[in-house]
Amino acid sequence: MSVARRSLVIGVSLAALAVAPAIALAAGEPFYVTLLTRIMIFAIAALSLDLILGYGGLVSFGHAAYLGIGAYAVGILAFHGITSGPLQFAVAILASAAAAAMIGAVSLRTSGVYFIMITLAFAQMLYFLAESLNIYGGDDGLNITQPSNFGRLVDLGDPATLYYVVLAVLLVLLLLTRQLINSRFGLLVQGVKSNERRMAALGFPTFRYKLAAFILSGTICGLAGALFANLTLFCSPAIMHWTRSGEIMMMVILGGMGSLFGPVLGAALYLLLETLLSGATEHWQAILGPILVLVVLFSRSGFFGMLTGERTTRGRADG
Amino acid sequence: MQDEVAFGGGLLNLLPRPMGAAMTAVLEQLLNGAQFGVMLFLMAAGLTLIFGIMNLINLAHGSLYMAGAYVAAATFAASGSFLLALLAALAAAVALGAAIEIVVFRTLYDREHLDQVLATFGLILFFNELVRMIWGATALYMQVPAFLAGHVELLSGSPYPTYRLAVIGAGLAVALLLHLLIARTRIGMLIRAGASNRAMVDALGVNVTLLYTLVFALGAALAAFAGAMAGPIFTVESGMGESVLILAFVVIVIGGIGSLRGAFVAALLVGIVDAMGRAFLRPLLASFMSHATADNAGPALASMLIYILMAAILLIRPQGLFPPRGR
Repeated sequence: MSVARRSLVIGVSLAALAVAPAIALAAGEPFYVTLLTRIMIFAIAALSLDLILGYGGLVSFGHAAYLGIGAYAVGILAFHGITSGPLQFAVAILASAAAAAMIGAVSLRTSGVYFIMITLAFAQMLYFLAESLNIYGGDDGLNITQPSNFGRLVDLGDPATLYYVVLAVLLVLLLLTRQLINSRFGLLVQGVKSNERRMAALGFPTFRYKLAAFILSGTICGLAGALFANLTLFCSPAIMHWTRSGEIMMMVILGGMGSLFGPVLGAALYLLLETLLSGATEHWQAILGPILVLVVLFSRSGFFGMLTGERTTRGRADG
Repeated sequence: MQDEVAFGGGLLNLLPRPMGAAMTAVLEQLLNGAQFGVMLFLMAAGLTLIFGIMNLINLAHGSLYMAGAYVAAATFAASGSFLLALLAALAAAVALGAAIEIVVFRTLYDREHLDQVLATFGLILFFNELVRMIWGATALYMQVPAFLAGHVELLSGSPYPTYRLAVIGAGLAVALLLHLLIARTRIGMLIRAGASNRAMVDALGVNVTLLYTLVFALGAALAAFAGAMAGPIFTVESGMGESVLILAFVVIVIGGIGSLRGAFVAALLVGIVDAMGRAFLRPLLASFMSHATADNAGPALASMLIYILMAAILLIRPQGLFPPRGR
């Protein structure tokens, strides 16, 4: 029953995403193609966070950093005249993996509220680093003159093409992460979440598993950043502003953490709400803020859980 | 050893001034760092008390700092009295702090940290927009009060703003008062007891609900005091609290969460390292690399310095410099 509803929700959402650009373009509203591309890119970022937050219990409050690293990898290479898509994306992926490895190696030595604050602090460090890089525009950011070059077949400068590339990446990642969480590695990470001491007593090197999950998550988020740079053709420190990390986390919670597809719905919900409210009033954040507070206080399962009727995995504090 | 000689020599070569001038420059930056440090301490003290006792991570603490700065700037502009501005800022923040404690935080105490982070994130969006609605999107500028407007001669012929010295003095005085409050009074005893065993304090008949509201109001007052004093130094604008908040997090992570002593030491350390880095890193780098490279690397490294410091300390002591006992 629940499985059927789950498949239905996912199937309908994906089918809608597949036909959306055709409808939007036919209706003469290309803005919606861009909005949906943006939503899917953030869905990838939220999915990456859900991997460690929902399945590993690691509350990373600095995921915007990897988004920024991915975007800056594309931006900086383009600035130096290197527009090869495969190269740009390889650098984006390797750089975000390296950053996640370093940040993870330090922050995973701690846990709980220390971990939250330290991941936040490191993201802020990279934000200030980007701000101080005057050759790359500093605070004003960097214009990207042309999108990543993947040859004649795939032109990322065309909004519809970029849309379908992002959709394809999202689909592949959804499938891969589903395989991953049911694999031995995925089960170990979930075991560490529910009782790290017991896993360690069983002889598993828990730190290594957590670090591997953390690096994987950061890498996927870096990929989202490289896609984001192709959407906006611009990168600035604002990409990794700390509120962005909060937004990504909010998307995971809104959609339902620990569900993989939940963050996709969460990203859609958050960005649609933002678009709707900011169109209605200049002071939209004064409305969005209290909505978020109410959601956190009173909704125990995310939007995905609501649709599928499944219970949440969010629990109470244990001190 | 040889490195150290080159290091010191390089630094002095860069400053084409007599030895005394270099000393003054260092002293000036030490004071700048101490001034920033005491403000960080005021923020960190509230955060660490609230965390230590209520086990609550409160991102909206920066909003209380911002509220203090705005109310102080507005009151000072309207009345011309700095003392009145300070009192108004404290009163507003205590009222606001107590109100959000009662309305929002009481439901958050027994939630996991993730929920606390997200709910207080929502509060920040709200408060940042609220000040824009009340005071407009442009920043406010707060004058230095007339009686602290001048300069003081430090060593020989180098003036230093009196106001900044007054901030250091006031910050240290508040730190001392806070220490006495926590260590010597009955309320302080309850706060310490609450931090080490909440259930026991509750069972002994102490009104824990009221104690929590009091601690929260105390934290709010400290943040607002920092904000009000920051008014004449920084611009008063929406979102001003967050950069200080994140640095205050760095401070309590370095100091050890829940430890006031740790927060004090770490706040001064962070303030001074930051000021020194921003002032001397670029000239230091320029002494052994090209000026163009140093111009790029200096500010970049300076902006990362305290986070690198945090990482280094965590690698050696994951629980911070002064880990609280029994947690």
